[in-house]
Amino acid sequence: MPDRPEYELSTDASRGRLSVSGDWTVHTIGKISEPLAAEDTSGFEGLEVDCSQLGKLDTAGAFIIDRFACRSGGGTVKPVNASEQATALLKQAAELRPEADDELNKKEFGVVDLLERTGRATMHFIDETVETLSFLGETIMAMAHIVTRPSKMRWTALVSVMEDSGLDAVPIVAFLSFFVGMVVAFIGATTLSEFGATIFTVELVGIAILREFGVILTAIILAGRTNSAFTAQIGAMRMRQEVDAMTTLGLNPMDVLVVPRAFAMLIMTPVLTLIAILFGVGGGAFVSWLALDINPTVFMNRLQSYVPIENFWVGMSKAPVFGLVVALIGCRQGLMVGGSVQSLGQSTTKSVVQALFSIIVIDALFAVFYLELGI
Amino acid sequence: MSEDIAIKVRGLTTAYGTHVVHDELDLDVKRGEILGVIGPSGTGKSVLLRAIVGLKRPETGTVEVFDRNVTDLEGDDLREVQNLWGIMFQDGALFSNLTVRENVMVPMREHTDLPEPLMKQLADQKLRMSGLDDSAGPKFPSDLSGGMRKRAALARALALDPPILFLDEPTAGLDPITAAGFDTLVRELQSALSLTVFLVTHDVDTLVATCDRIAVLGRKKVIATGPIEELRRNDDPWIQDYFCGPRGRAAQAGES
Repeated sequence: MPDRPEYELSTDASRGRLSVSGDWTVHTIGKISEPLAAEDTSGFEGLEVDCSQLGKLDTAGAFIIDRFACRSGGGTVKPVNASEQATALLKQAAELRPEADDELNKKEFGVVDLLERTGRATMHFIDETVETLSFLGETIMAMAHIVTRPSKMRWTALVSVMEDSGLDAVPIVAFLSFFVGMVVAFIGATTLSEFGATIFTVELVGIAILREFGVILTAIILAGRTNSAFTAQIGAMRMRQEVDAMTTLGLNPMDVLVVPRAFAMLIMTPVLTLIAILFGVGGGAFVSWLALDINPTVFMNRLQSYVPIENFWVGMSKAPVFGLVVALIGCRQGLMVGGSVQSLGQSTTKSVVQALFSIIVIDALFAVFYLELGI
Repeated sequence: MSEDIAIKVRGLTTAYGTHVVHDELDLDVKRGEILGVIGPSGTGKSVLLRAIVGLKRPETGTVEVFDRNVTDLEGDDLREVQNLWGIMFQDGALFSNLTVRENVMVPMREHTDLPEPLMKQLADQKLRMSGLDDSAGPKFPSDLSGGMRKRAALARALALDPPILFLDEPTAGLDPITAAGFDTLVRELQSALSLTVFLVTHDVDTLVATCDRIAVLGRKKVIATGPIEELRRNDDPWIQDYFCGPRGRAAQAGES
């Protein structure tokens, strides 16, 4: 067990004398540093340190003794009765004094700073939007370039991404759509039964799933699942300088990394949307059958005659757009990753948030667009 | 005799699956010396370091640090012996989400009850001691050059003034001038803080510049230990190649 550090301060004419005893190490000085710092040192012109009772001393101990000496005017420490090592440590501490008092850790919390931060955040938002759009343009150019020269397409990468983010997502998309279809049907059943119009559940399920839920659900699952995977994959490659290596070897990261992903999503999102729609309607039909005694044949007949096919095309038309949004945002955030692990985490979070945000906003724009068209 | 030994490794056998890395290895590190550990790639230099500090559990054998058995410790006992050493990993292993200063403060926060402002000042002191200036403190490790990162890692290893310092390839990936600066720094800190240093390296210049004694690993054991002049006279073919090959000779020429 180390001895508690103790000290005694006495004045000898204009010279202070600090007698230290016990162990002054990084583990023990915690309790003594504040009382020592609070000692009155006015009128001292130098400091003698009597080390005759001193136990162990390390750099931390030497540091606080030296810091005390700094305040005691003159700043010279004169060790008395000190061992060779203690003298060396005190000397080293004196050599390594900070140049000025550090005021590095000021943080501002005033109203002006709040306004400044708000302004910065707004500008940042605008910049992000503009840059995402410019990335969209860049990607479309790269994609057009590949379409004109299909031999440059990375087919292996394309198929592998299609499997990873398309085929492997089928179970979760199907499962969740089925449940959402059930929920919609239940809401329809309980609400419409008050009017004795439970048969309209079919229209409710049909229009809701075909037009909105199928595609939105798919897009949200892809935003959570594929978008973050894209960011993490490309981001990890950025961190390990693989992207830089690619560039120096004459490979364009846009062609190698972004284009196959964009094409894969363009192809797979409509497929997944179709699956979501089928299972969503299936879920609705299942509940209608159990809870409302509408048997599946009746359900399908009514769906065909009373739910216009336009709803299906409206839903499907959004699918490639959402797919592209997911691929673009995922890839862009991945390419933005810097050197640190933290930036990878930040980028992944940002990419999921941006993808979800964009999907909802674009869906709203589509709704307005189709409303104007009267579909 | 035992007082002079800081780290005593006896009968150490380590293995990954069926692949045996060390077989009944013995090694002593004397108090206050810099011991360089060399050996061909894959002879388990880093594994030996990991076994000593408890990151790799040995199959058999014991490791004693200052006459205290540190093999298979857990919980509070482990925390206590961890105060005995500081480790500088090969790439620094600084926490990338903390600033350099916060990195140095991590061990202090964990093991001491110092007030926050003092911790900051001490961390800055350690950074200056490792040859960084105060402006490096608030930066993140990713903003530093390789040499500066190693210095920051050294500052973190020294945060609690441990009596033993482990360095894993301290000069790997540094340019010769930075590497030489680092060698001098290690030497200076060793004498100022009377450290015992366990240094794993490939760099002949580092060995010549810093080490008191050298241990050569090979064939799953320590095949030779001794000061550099003594090893030059050793007739093991690998040691001969190592010290008397072109690079070894250049280092020798630089020394004299």
